[in-house]
Amino acid sequence: MKTKDLAYIALFAAIMAVLGLLPPVPVPGIPVPITAQTLGVMLAGSVLGARRGGLALLVFLAVVAVGLPVLSGGRGGLAVFVGPSAGFLYSWPIAAFVIGLLTELFWRRYNLAWALVANLIGGVLVIYAIGIPFLSLFGDVPLSTAFTGSMAFVPGDLVKAVAASLVAVAVHKAYPVIELPARRATAG
Amino acid sequence: MLSLYVPGASPVHRAPAGLKLAVLAVLGVGLFATGRLDLVATALLLVLATGLLWARLPFRALTAQVRPVWIWLAALFGFHLLVTGPLVGAVAVLRLLTLVVAAAVVTATTRVTALVAVIEWLTSPLRVFGVRPARIGLVIAMTLRFIPLVADRAARIREAQAARGADRVRLAMVVPLLVQVLRMATTVGEALDARGAGDVPGRRPRRRAAAENLGTT
Repeated sequence: MKTKDLAYIALFAAIMAVLGLLPPVPVPGIPVPITAQTLGVMLAGSVLGARRGGLALLVFLAVVAVGLPVLSGGRGGLAVFVGPSAGFLYSWPIAAFVIGLLTELFWRRYNLAWALVANLIGGVLVIYAIGIPFLSLFGDVPLSTAFTGSMAFVPGDLVKAVAASLVAVAVHKAYPVIELPARRATAG
Repeated sequence: MLSLYVPGASPVHRAPAGLKLAVLAVLGVGLFATGRLDLVATALLLVLATGLLWARLPFRALTAQVRPVWIWLAALFGFHLLVTGPLVGAVAVLRLLTLVVAAAVVTATTRVTALVAVIEWLTSPLRVFGVRPARIGLVIAMTLRFIPLVADRAARIREAQAARGADRVRLAMVVPLLVQVLRMATTVGEALDARGAGDVPGRRPRRRAAAENLGTT
């Protein structure tokens, strides 16, 4: 991994933090306000690719863990890692990795449709697939209850997936950061 | 600097960061191993005593970190009241509350730099896989430096667009922002390389220096 890659990783960890400082955005027609941070997860995977995207989220979680209040709503510290909703946090690096993997797979024909596929699978499915069982386990509630409770956030996540995809496609054209696998393999 | 650390000189503040994290981990395992209300309640009292009396933290420092979890805990208790009964519910809620408060105590009594050092230490076994812990320290240092930079660029672009009459945050502003900061990160990476940060053979010393120069402020 080159120093430049470390800088990209740090950059997206910082972007996650700045998104956390933004106030939640209320969206007409949806009862739950959108916090921007899953947007950051999707962008990290879509712009940086699997390895760097996943690492960016790990670094972000490390920064949260060492006590910076950079999760949405000014949360931070070790406390958030043991709460019932902590599974959603743990899912982020994996989600970014999966989004990155799919993005790299689609890279040659990358457009809005493929970006959406990647962000919906990685940024919505993966996050809930990890977050919901964790909620059920840590909170001692049945899986079905945890599932219905979490569904309130899905509309917001769909909006975010569309937004992230639009941005990712534009950045893909303007400043592509992902290099194709053949070249990445030779990079240290 | 934004941080949840509360300065102090108590024994809890001065205890090694690694020890505090280890105690937290043991507490977590222990709490989930027991289902007895009296044990869990005792643990909560001990943790509160540690934070408020021993570490002499202001009560607000703890509630600030616990507040975001309240809604979850209340919902959890409500659910148990309806389905499994008040006892199981009380244990489940107190168990999580204890852990959250304990984690808050560790965060409030430990400097960011000390915790970063623990991360470097914890990741040192990964050397086997070619991971260099000092570079993890470098990445975290860069992240802390980039946060105000990114926030500043975002504010500037927002102002520029407001001056042209756009009053809401729009996607059109996110793309130029991302391109700007990506370009900046590329420059920072090149600048670090020019100063020897990317040198592989020399084991550590230079990279340490780079991490310190970037400054965690």
